[in-house]
Parts: sequence; structure tokens; C-alpha cells
Amino acid sequence: MLQDRDRIFTNLYGLQDIGLTGARARGDWDGTKAIMEKGQDWIINEMKESGLRGRGGAGFSTGMKWSFMPKQEGERPHYLVVNADEGEPGTCKDREIMRHDPHKLVEGCLLASFAIRAHTCYIYIRGEFYREAEALQSAIDEAYAAGLIGKNACGSGWDFDLYVHRGMGAYVCGEETALINSLEGKKGQPRLKPPFPAGVGLYGCPTTVNNVESIAVAPTILRRGASWFAGLGRPKNSGTKLFCISGHVNTPCNVEEEMGIPLKELLEKHCGGVRGGWDNLLAVIPGGSSVPMMPKSVCDTVLMDFDSLREVGSGLGTAAVIVMDKSTDVIQAINRLAKFYTHESCGQCTPCREGTGWMARVLDRIAHGKAAVEEIDMLFEVSKQIEGHTICALGDAAAWPIQGLIRHFRPLIEARILGQSAQAAE
Amino acid sequence: MPKLTIDGQEIEVPAGTTVLQAAEMLGIEIPRFCYHERLSIAGNCRMCLVEVQPGPPKPAASCALPVAEGMTVKTDSPMAVKARKGVMEFLLINHPLDCPICDQGGECDLQDQAVAYGFDRSRYDEGKRAVEDKYFGPLVATEMTRCIQCTRCVRFATEVAGVPQLGATGRGEHMEITTYVEKAIESELSGNLVDLCPVGALTNKAYSFLARPWELKKTESIDVFDAVGANIRVDSRGGEVLRVMPRLNEEINEEWLADKSRYAVDGLKRQRLDRPYVRKDGKLQPASWGEAFEAIRTAVAASSPARMAAIAGDMADAESMVLLKDLMTGLGSRSLDCRQDGALLDPDNRASYLFNSGIAGIDQADALLIVGSNPRWEAPVLNARIRKRYLAGGFKVGVIGPQVALTYKTEYLGAGAETLAAVADGSHPFADVLKNAKKPMLILGMGALTRKDSATILSLAARVADNSGMVSDEWNGFNVLHTAAARVGGLDVGFVPGLNGRDLKGILDGASSGEINFVYLLGADEIPMDRLGKAFVVYQGSHGDAGAMRADVILPGAAYTEKNATYVNTEGTMQRTRLAVFPPGDAREDWTIIRALSDVLGYKLAQDSLAQVRDRLATVSAVFDEDTPVAAAKWKACGATGSVDQAPLSSPITNYYMTDPISRASRVMAECTEVYVNGKQQRTGTNG
Repeated sequence: MLQDRDRIFTNLYGLQDIGLTGARARGDWDGTKAIMEKGQDWIINEMKESGLRGRGGAGFSTGMKWSFMPKQEGERPHYLVVNADEGEPGTCKDREIMRHDPHKLVEGCLLASFAIRAHTCYIYIRGEFYREAEALQSAIDEAYAAGLIGKNACGSGWDFDLYVHRGMGAYVCGEETALINSLEGKKGQPRLKPPFPAGVGLYGCPTTVNNVESIAVAPTILRRGASWFAGLGRPKNSGTKLFCISGHVNTPCNVEEEMGIPLKELLEKHCGGVRGGWDNLLAVIPGGSSVPMMPKSVCDTVLMDFDSLREVGSGLGTAAVIVMDKSTDVIQAINRLAKFYTHESCGQCTPCREGTGWMARVLDRIAHGKAAVEEIDMLFEVSKQIEGHTICALGDAAAWPIQGLIRHFRPLIEARILGQSAQAAE
Repeated sequence: MPKLTIDGQEIEVPAGTTVLQAAEMLGIEIPRFCYHERLSIAGNCRMCLVEVQPGPPKPAASCALPVAEGMTVKTDSPMAVKARKGVMEFLLINHPLDCPICDQGGECDLQDQAVAYGFDRSRYDEGKRAVEDKYFGPLVATEMTRCIQCTRCVRFATEVAGVPQLGATGRGEHMEITTYVEKAIESELSGNLVDLCPVGALTNKAYSFLARPWELKKTESIDVFDAVGANIRVDSRGGEVLRVMPRLNEEINEEWLADKSRYAVDGLKRQRLDRPYVRKDGKLQPASWGEAFEAIRTAVAASSPARMAAIAGDMADAESMVLLKDLMTGLGSRSLDCRQDGALLDPDNRASYLFNSGIAGIDQADALLIVGSNPRWEAPVLNARIRKRYLAGGFKVGVIGPQVALTYKTEYLGAGAETLAAVADGSHPFADVLKNAKKPMLILGMGALTRKDSATILSLAARVADNSGMVSDEWNGFNVLHTAAARVGGLDVGFVPGLNGRDLKGILDGASSGEINFVYLLGADEIPMDRLGKAFVVYQGSHGDAGAMRADVILPGAAYTEKNATYVNTEGTMQRTRLAVFPPGDAREDWTIIRALSDVLGYKLAQDSLAQVRDRLATVSAVFDEDTPVAAAKWKACGATGSVDQAPLSSPITNYYMTDPISRASRVMAECTEVYVNGKQQRTGTNG
């Protein structure tokens, strides 16, 4: 269990002052200039050493990502874009950061921008996060007024501007290249990769897109040292992580914990356990709606980090743990997610545009028992025809929950179908 | 140059090539819908998925994947084929499969590829999507339920046509291609959307439900609605031209075709002159060829060499012009003119009337000055080429003359010739732009050459060319943009006044005053007919237009789809049309009419076959000799110094959709005129 002294987000629950004074009291903006004086290479190296993996879901090394940016600023400016379009169902970690600890993010933006040689950073915030955008903006205003950002930020000689851009509520704009398109004023549709944003990103310039949490933890890592962060968690899955636990637990919450904490411990220590006891657990979606669910048998022992969850055929994603007890109609639950992905598919590429609607319709019939048993296999096959064939990961995200359902709850689905037809026969 | 292996074959290609292109070089065709080599890469149809190693264990879109050293690509591995079958199934689930009533049937990419990758039955039992049809204007019919959202049309409109009026609205399954507001697409290239659409969502409105592609006779020919000479394919059935499609020619039209060239063909069936007429008692009466020739013989007998003249029109072919010239010369007349717009073009100085750089030369130019021209209407395909060059970057365009939206950014320098004078003497800043350019270019339109001060303008333009180093051994950026397909051919034939002969103005003045009493109009309809006075007028042509109305004898000729004829385009390239259908009724190929008439007039021409006529053409100018390459025209001084007129330069075309007898007879063009020129858009629910 994470010790209090190792916590990064010490105001996660908004119990203290969220303003600059409060943030400084919690250690933010402390020695920022000194960190910058160590130079870009040191920062990037330190981030690599820390083993921080991107907190947006894909889990790519943040330091590595920063190192892909050109080492010298050429004719084209560099940009940092912070992805605050937190739309993954079940996820609410970035919201809490921006709501209660915005200075962590602002300071992170400065340090990350400095590291990748960007003078401008955009925070693309989900449109529905109205109050969060306000809190963030007031933190930015405070930082400007205090000379922490702006011209000669923190007295480091580095000019830095930070802007907040509010999105319009499309889930797909959380995909980094769709986000860039949206930021440019275009239709929010993912771009083809390659070229990657580090080469051709915002306005055709080298761009790094990072998740809010990845950026917000950076200043603390740089202050306390890479080895401190790397010492937490498991190798290659180091550090602390915000977990958002929702669903059938007694006290749903956001909590910062060490990576690799057993799921059972996470739920029992922080959430008062599963409603009706651990044995009442049916399944858990461990990383936001996009990852496949795990049945109780897996949940008993699994550790909450990238590699452990991948081993059991799921993923850490955004670490949004959705807990379902035995009262849950799990088919209906996944049906709801399938509807969501149908609604949020951007419509650009064929498999996702056509396939998400197809899957949702079949699943809807299955959920109501109005289907044939053979259609389960067909549904699985259709999901496989989408997975890995699309421009962005939304196709995968739409396919995985359904695959997870079929993999772990096939007997239940068959029973639903057969039961319904038996009823109809009577 | 990276080396890679595709289906076991090794190939070395330039860096930046995509896998799909590399496969094409090896003759391996990868199916695709959204990819088009002249449009930006969208990568959204996912049909071109291939297996690539090294890489993630999933197929990659070959259209967007640049080659890399040591890459191994499998285009027909189980993974690739399975992926394609999956995509095909997805494309078909919401496709109406209404092939039996779809105009695209038989030439549909989706149909063809469904044969290769589709299942024979559908697993999709849910309700299919239906999409409301959109109004794209009088030329493009829509059936949007068939759309597979490949966005080729959106990319064409935005990139090539330069009219960002198409786009996709809605998300996911509800994504629709639309004009945003119900409005006709304002482009002279909109017909190309039909060619680009891989399914039957966008089809040719004028060709709707007329034929199946396999019923059509396809004749490769040349377009004559403008001076570009776009390469076309004439699709006909029986005696009817049903549609015209572009043919690939990188040097001229790439693979685009302007709307008039594509859609005015219904005019080939209307207002046709299908038998000779002779005016008796003030009225045109049907006559036999013999009667018509006899009437001409009588009129010629009553005339004298000095009182006879001939004018050739905008669509006259070189064969008939050379024979008419020989006939008139034989009869002793020297009053010939092929410049029915009165343009100042010096037939002895070929470089002064050609688009010297060539149309493809636009790709190399790095600065452009347009003088007295609206290329968007005078040569839409050429205008698209300028836009293509503009999009490549580092290309400044200055405009002197009409201020119109040209689909690319221009710097408007001024309306009149005095601005050209300022550029010529270097006092205008644009002179430096041209001077600093490596390959500067100037386009001189007919709007500048059909004025009183055209000689001055021509000399000023030549001075601009000289001062900015526009003409060198390997580059000649001095370009004249013609509006008539026949013009350059006429000049090359020498259909111009001979010694003591009269030019157009002279002929018209003479006819008004009675000095000229016999005028032969070879398809000339754009001259002021009221100035022909009391002269005896012979009109030879295909359509009952202004010339036929005025004529005393009408000789029914063939339209460009009905004859094997030679044209020279604005850049001086000789090209030939081919007979697709026979001329209607008694109408004949034009050269044969003149040959037959010569017999009656007592000056029998020596040519009895088309081959002989073409031999005759070759002796007139090497341009017409297929076997002799034509050297670039020598650059000589042209024009004359003088004072310029204050009047602003304007384009000779006031209505793109009606410029000649064929398009004036076309119903589709009349509809376009209503919509695009008179602004009468279809009204919709939200409009008033």
C-alpha cells in the first residue's frame, strides 16, 4: 500500500486550497528553475529512468515519447498538447487533477514543453468539464501573474505560453491525432500514422501529445528523482497511479495507489469491498470501457499494472475500474458500451463505421434473447474483422469489450438465447 | 533507395513511395476505393490492407504506408485476404445492392471487387441504412444510400477543383457526404466527381438510365469545346453519342475533363443541319446537294475573286480549312480568316500565338502573370493544372484583367493594359517577382488580343517576357491561351488573308458596303451576321445557329464526334478526333463537302481521300505531319508599340456553358446557365 509520503496528488480530494499558495505549500513550483537549468537532456533522461508509462491508456514510455521530438528547434515551432479530453467511460482521474490540483498540471506543462523545446502548449479539455476548465484557467492566470509561465518562465529564460481549448464533446477527439485535427478547427477524425505527431503534428509541426496525469506527475518525479518513482511498483510498471473505482463497491472513489497493487486489495482497502462481499463479484472492467472484462476468477489474483493485466487478456487502460457484482446483467452492460462506441465512431474508416453498428444491433438482440446461438460466433468474428483494421484504436476499443464478454460469459449468453426461445416455445 | 520484397519479388523504389505504388510498379494490383493517385491519401476505406513485416501483427493500409528498407509485404497472404474480405463485407452491409437499377453497374469498383472478395450471401440481418439524396446541381445525380464514404469526391472538390463545398457531416454510421447547404457545386470540373466515385452514389445526370457500359461503342477522340484539346472517349450506341469521358493524357488533361466538354453532347442531337438548304424567296427551303451546289455555282459566277471571302469558325477542322483555303485560292480569292473573333495573331510568328511552355510546363513554372484571361472559364482543365502547381507551393500568380475567383490565390495587379505597361517597364513590383523567378510564365488571353490596342498589348507582353528572362533555350514561358479549338490549326494551315486579301474586319466592312458579295462560312457563328450586308452567304456546319440563320445556302457538315479530323491545341500539339457516329441525315464529313463543291465550281481539288488531304496538310506545315517532330517555335519580336486603351481587359467568355453552336443547342447547358450564370438555384425547405 502506498505510503502517504509517496503520494503525488496530495490534494486529490480538494480538501486544501487549490490556488497557487496552497499548491506551493504542497511543494509545487519548488525549484522549477533549478530543474530547467539542468537542461532538456537531463529531464528527458530522468523521465526515461523513472519508467513512467503514459497514463492515457496505451502505456508508452513518456520519456521515450519526449525524446522523439527533434533535438533542435527548426523552422517549425514545437508544440506540447495535453490531452484533457477525458471521455473514457468510467474514467475521472484527469477531472480531479484539474479540479483540485491544477498547478501540478501547469507546472508539468512548463517542464514538459521545455524538455521538448516547445514554447507553446495547448490543453485540450473536454467540453463538459466546465468548472474544471475554470479552475485550470485560474491556475494558469495565477501562474502568469506570478511569472511562473509566460515570458522568461520562472526566471529560466524560457518563454512559455499555455492555452486552454475546450472540446465539443466527441469521444474520438481523445485520440491524439483526432485531437490535433479538432484543435486545428477541422473535423475530429484521426489521422493516418505515420507520420507521427512528433514529426508532423499540430499545424504540421513537431508535437507531443500527453495525458494530463502523465504531465502532472512529471514535476514531482523530476524533483524527487527518477529512482524514487522507479522504486515504486514493479519493474517496467513503476510509480503511482490514480485509480478510479466505480460500480458495485461500497465506497466508489478515486485513489492514488502504487502500480501493481492486487485488484482485490485495491477494492477492499479503498472502496470498502465489493457490494455483498468478494464472492458476490461477477466481473471487473479494469481499465475503462475499452478493455475486455475479467471474470471473478481472474480478479482474485490479478495485479493492477500494464503487463499483469495484459497477461490475463485485458489491459490497464486508464485504470478506471468498473466493478460489477452478480446483480449485473453483464450482456446488457456490454450492450450499453457497444451503443456508446457506435455513437462515437467518427465514421472515417469502414470497419469501425459499419462494424460498430452491426455489433451493437446483434448484441442488443442477444441481450433480449432474440438471437440464434450461431450469432455469437458471428459476433465474435465481426469484432475480429474490426480489431486491428482501423486507422485509430476506437475500432479495437469497440471490439474488445464484446470479445471479453463472449470469452468469459458465453454460457450465460447461450442460456439467455435458449431460455428466451424456450419461453417463446411455451 | 529502399529495397523491399512484395509477394516474393524484390524491388527498389525511391524513398517516399507507398507500398501500394511499389506493388503497382511490379504489376501487383491491390484493391482500393479511397486511394486515388491524384488526390491526397485518406486511408479510410481499408480495402488495401496488406501484411507487412516487420511491424505489428496486424495488416497495414498499403496506400498510406511508405516503403522501408528490408520490408516484406504480402498482398495475398491469408491475413491480407481475410482483412479485405472483412472490409468488403462491411462495405456491403449498408450498401443497397441495387445494381440492377444503378447506372454504375458494369463499371463499378465495388461490384468488381465484390466479385473478388465478397461473400455470396449476407450475414447482416439488421435494417440497412438509407441516406437522403443531396442536390449537387444539374450535372451530378446523387443516390447517397450507395455511398461508401471514401471521400474521393470531397478531396477532389477541395484539392483539384478548389471549391471546398463538399464535406462529410455526421459521425459513425450517420456520416454523410453533403454540400452542407443544398446548393449546386460551383465548379467547372464537377463532372469528374462522377468518374471518381467508385460506386453509383454520384452519377452523370444527363446519362441517367440511358445505357449499360457494355452496350457502348467506345471511340477515342479529342475534345473541341476549348483550345486545350482534352483527350476524350466518346461512348455511343447506334447513331447516338450518349456520353463523353476523359482519357488519360498527362501532357494535356491528366485525367480530368471540363463540364462543358462532358455534358454539352446532348447538343449534338438538337438543332442539327441534316440536309442542305437553299434560300428561295427569302426562306430557307430543303434542297438536294446538287441544288445547293448549283446555287453556290451561280453565286460564285456572279462574283469575282476580289469580292469573295471565307471565314472559318471555332470548331473547324484543319482538313476542311486547308481544302477551303485551296479552293478559295484556286478561285482567286485571298480574303480568308480563321480568327472569327478578330484576334490579333500573327500567323508568321508561331511563338506569338502558342502556349509555348506547354500545358504540362505549368508544373515547372514558379511565377505566373495572367493577362486578359479567365482560365477558369476559358480552359477549366488548364486552370486546375495551375491550381495543382499553386498547391505545390512557391508559386505567385498575378492577374491583370478580369477580377474573378480562380480557385487559387492571386495577386490582383490591375484591370487594364496600363498595368501591363507598368510591369513591362519594371515600375510595378510584380516585375521583380517575374524577374526573380527561375521559370516565369505569362498567360495572354483572348480578352487581351481582341482589342483595338492588341498590338500594343502583345508587344508589352513580349517585353515582359524578354525583361524577365521568360524565354531561353529550354524554357519559353510566353503563353497564349486560345478559346477556340480550331484557332491554332487555322493559323498553322494559313487560313489567313493572302496578298491584298482582307481580314475579318475587312471582310465584314466589305460585305456591309457591298464590295464583298460572296462569303463562305465554315462553321463560323460568332461573327456579327448583320454586318454581312447583302452578300451571298454559304454556311457549312453542323448546327442551325447564327450562321445558318443568315445563310443563303446551308451545307450540312459533321460535328466533331462524327468525323476523323485534325485539331491543333493551344500548345501547338496536333491531335485527331475519330468518327464515333455517322453525321445525321445527308450531312457529310466537312472536307468531302468542299472537295465535292470544288468539282462543281470548276476548280477540282486533287485530294480524293482523307489520307491525301492529310498529305496536303503535311506539306502546308510540319505540325500536321505525324512523322516529323515539330521544333519549338522560334521566339521573335511581336506586336507593335503604341498607346494603350484605358478600357479594362475582359474575358471573351461571358457564359462558360454556352460558347458555341453545340453547347447553345444543349439542354443540359441551358440548365447550367440557369443555375450557375443566372443564379437560379433549386429552392429547398430552408430557403425562403
